[in-house]
Amino acid sequence: MLSEAAARLLQSLLVLLTMSAVVFAGVYLIGNPLDMLIPPQASELERAQAGHALGLDQSLITQYLLFLQHALEGNLGRSFFSNSPALGLILDRLPATIELALSAALIAVGLGVPIGIGCAWYAQRFGTRVLLGLATLGFSVPTFWVGLLLIMLFSVQLQWLPSGGRDASGHLFGIATSFGSWRGLSHLLLPAISLALFKLALLIRLTYAATREVLQQDFILAARARGVALPRLLGVHVLRNIGVSLTQVIGLEFGALVAFSIVTESVFAWPGMGKLLIDAINSLDRPVVVAYLLVTVTLFTAINLVVDLIALVLDPRLRRAGLQ
Amino acid sequence: MVCHSMTIRPVLGLFMVALMLGAADPGVALAGDTLRIGMAAEATTLDPHALNIAPNNAIGWHLFDALTHVDERTRLVPGLARSWHVVSPTEWEFRLRDDVQFHDGSAFEAADVIASIERVRRLPNGQFSSFVQRLIDVRAVDRHTIRIRTATPYALVPLDLNSVFIISHRHAEAPSANFDQGSAAVGTGPWRLTRFERGERVLLDRNEHYWGEQAHWPRAEMRMISGEQARVAALLGGDLDMIEAVPGSAVVRLRNDARFTLAQTVSWRTLFFHLDQRAQVPALIRRTDGSRMAVNPLTDRRVRLALAAAIDREAIIDKLLDGTARPASNLVAPGVFGHDDSLAVPRFDPAAARRLLADAGYRAGFNLTVAAPNNRYPADARIAQAVAAMFSRIGVRTEVASMPINVYLGRARRGEFAVALLGWGSFSGDLALRSLLATRDPSRGNGTWNWSYYHSADLDAMIERAFAELDPDRRAAQVRAAMHLAMTDQAVIPLHHQNALWALRAGLRYRARTDEFTFAHHVTD
Repeated sequence: MLSEAAARLLQSLLVLLTMSAVVFAGVYLIGNPLDMLIPPQASELERAQAGHALGLDQSLITQYLLFLQHALEGNLGRSFFSNSPALGLILDRLPATIELALSAALIAVGLGVPIGIGCAWYAQRFGTRVLLGLATLGFSVPTFWVGLLLIMLFSVQLQWLPSGGRDASGHLFGIATSFGSWRGLSHLLLPAISLALFKLALLIRLTYAATREVLQQDFILAARARGVALPRLLGVHVLRNIGVSLTQVIGLEFGALVAFSIVTESVFAWPGMGKLLIDAINSLDRPVVVAYLLVTVTLFTAINLVVDLIALVLDPRLRRAGLQ
Repeated sequence: MVCHSMTIRPVLGLFMVALMLGAADPGVALAGDTLRIGMAAEATTLDPHALNIAPNNAIGWHLFDALTHVDERTRLVPGLARSWHVVSPTEWEFRLRDDVQFHDGSAFEAADVIASIERVRRLPNGQFSSFVQRLIDVRAVDRHTIRIRTATPYALVPLDLNSVFIISHRHAEAPSANFDQGSAAVGTGPWRLTRFERGERVLLDRNEHYWGEQAHWPRAEMRMISGEQARVAALLGGDLDMIEAVPGSAVVRLRNDARFTLAQTVSWRTLFFHLDQRAQVPALIRRTDGSRMAVNPLTDRRVRLALAAAIDREAIIDKLLDGTARPASNLVAPGVFGHDDSLAVPRFDPAAARRLLADAGYRAGFNLTVAAPNNRYPADARIAQAVAAMFSRIGVRTEVASMPINVYLGRARRGEFAVALLGWGSFSGDLALRSLLATRDPSRGNGTWNWSYYHSADLDAMIERAFAELDPDRRAAQVRAAMHLAMTDQAVIPLHHQNALWALRAGLRYRARTDEFTFAHHVTD
C-alpha cells in the first residue's frame, strides 16, 4: 500500500512537471503577458522595466528553470495581475469550488443510485422507461443551458432563489461556508442542481446497468429464496456488489466536477477556481495557470487514493489479494 | 441500522446551532439600506497605485480622491485641490482643501500629497509612474499649498494628477497586501472600506464626514459578475439594484420592462481601424491574383478615403449594436477636450469610393485581410465581418482574421496586420493623438500604439506645441487643429463611439459617465 502511494506521488510529480512545461510553452505561444498588463500610455522604457521586474525579459528556458528552482523552494510565483502569491489566490477560491462539487456529487449520488437500482428492479414498468428516457435527455442537454433555464424560472420568474453569487457569511463548525446559513444554501442550490444534472443522468444509467447484471446472478436468487426483505436485498446485497465499480466512477467524476465546473461557475457568477483559471488564461497570467494545475493534479491524486481505499473496504477479495 | 440515526442526531443539532450563529453575523447588511451593484470586471487589488486598469480605478474612486477630479462629461474639475494656477512656465501651484479628513479622522495635508506622489514613483511594478515622471520637484509651501516643477513647460500636470490617488502619508510604506486586507485602505473618498472579498465583492460604508456631496445610501455592495447574462439575470431576479455594461442583447428587453430604467451616455471609447502605411507592402495586401504588390495602396490618401466611404456606420450601429453607439468623426468622443466639432462623419457612398479607387489606379481592386479581436469590444468580430463585406462591395476583396485579445495585441504590436480594429478612451485629444498617430519614438512614449506607422512632421509638431501650451483656450484650439489634420488625411478610419449603459431598478437614477465608471455615490432615488 505504501509503495503504491509512493508510486502514485511520483507519477503525479511527473504529470506536474510535464504540465508546467506545456503551460510555459503554451502561454509563450499565445502572446506576451506584458501586452495585457501594461497600461496603454506607458513608454517603451516603462514596458522594459515591468518586463524586467517580472522576469519576462529572460529566455523561455531560463524562465522555466527559475520557476522550477522557486517551486522546489515552495514558491509558485506571484500573479502578474494582483501582485499576490498565485497559490494563495487558488486556495482562496478552492472552498467555493469544493462546496459546489460536493453538493452536486451529493445530489447526483443521493438520487442517482436509488433511482438506478429502482429502475433495474422495476425494469418492465412504464415509469422506468420514462425515467431512463429523462436520463438520456440529461446527457444531451448542455449544462449552461440548463443553468440559464433554472435562473429564468426560479430567479427571474418566481424569484424564489438568488440568480448567482455566493454567500459564505454563515459558519459551520467554525468555517465560513455556504452550508452555514439558509442564505448560503439558497445561493448554492441552483448551481449545484445545474452541475449535478449530467452526473445524475450518468449515475442512473450506470447503476441501472450494473444492478441488472447483479440481479441475474445466483446468490440473488438464493437470497430471495431465503426470504430476504426487498430493502435489505437491494440496499445491502446488490449495493455492495455494484459498490466497487460505482465508487471508481464517482471518484473520477468528482474530480471532473472540481476541475470542470467552469461553465456553471460563470453562468452563476460563482467565485470558484474555474472562473479564476479562465480569467488567468485570458490575461496570460501564467503563475496562476500553473498553480491551478498543481492544485488540480494534487486533488485528482488524492481522490484516486481515497477511491482505492474505499474499494479495499468494500471488497474483501481485494483485501485478501493485498495481503498476499 | 438503528445506530446510524443516533449518530446523525447530534450532528444535525450542531448544524442547527451553526445556522443560528451564522444568522447573527454582523457582516451581513440589511438589504434595505444597501445599494447592490453588479460590476462587469473584478478589481484585482485595492492598492490604488499598483495596476492602472479600469476595474481597480473604479473601486479606487470610492475610497480615495485625487487633487483633480473628472466630471461625468470628462471635464477636469477641482478635487482635493481647491484651485491651481501656473506660477511660471515650469511651475504650478495647487491650493488644497483644508476641510478634508481621512477615514481614520486625521487631517488631509500637503504631506499626504507628497507621500502619495513618492509612492507612485517608487512602487515596484506600479503602473502610474508615467503620470508623475515629468514632476521633477514637489514641495509644500505651507500645510495646504504645494508647488510642482516640471523640466519643460507641460500643460497636462492637472490632468496627470487625476490619476494619482491620495493616500495618508502614514501608509506610504504599506505593501499592496495591507490595502487589500483594509488596514492601509484609508482614503478621503466618499466610502470607507468594510471588506474586500477578492473576486466576489467589495463592501462599503458611507463616509459620514465626506467633504463633497454625501452618498445617498448608507451602504454599498459592489458585486463582481463578469458574465453578461449572469449580470442581467441578477438584476431581473431582484438580487441587484443596478448593473453596469448592459449587453446590447438585453437593452430592448430592459427598455420595455417597467420595473427597470436605463441610464446611458456616449462613452469616451472610440472604435477605429488602424491602416498600415509603411512603404513596405503588408503581407496581408495582395493583387487580386494573389501576387505581391509593388506599392502599398494604403499609403495613397485616396484609397484611405475610399475605404472610409465604403463603411455604412449607421447599419453597423443599428444591426450589430442595437443602436448603442453613435458614428464617429474624431478619435475622441464628443465633449472630450480636443474634439473637433467641424469634422463630419465620413459619408457612406460606395459609388464615390469606387471612383476614388479608380483615380488611385486600383480599378481592379485588391485583396485585403482585416484583423479584429473577438472578445474585447461589443460585437467586435462581427463588426469586422460587416466591414469586410462593405469593402468587398467597392472591389477590395476582404477577409477577416479574428482572434482573442491576448493573441491579437501581441501580433498587432509586431506590425503583422494591414488593417486592425482598436478601441481607445482618452480624456484629451492630444493624449490620444500622441499614443496613436505621433511618429513612433519608443524612448519618449510617442506613437506606442501607432499601428498605422503614420508619420507626419506637421502633426508631431502640433502635438508637441499643445503639450507645452499652458493657456487652456489656446491649447484647445491647437488640439482641435491637430485632430483636424489627422482626420482629413484619413490617417485612421474612425467607426463609432460606444454608449456607456447602466440598468437600474425603476425609481433609481444614475448620472451616466462618459468615462464608463460606476460610482455608488452618484446613484440617487
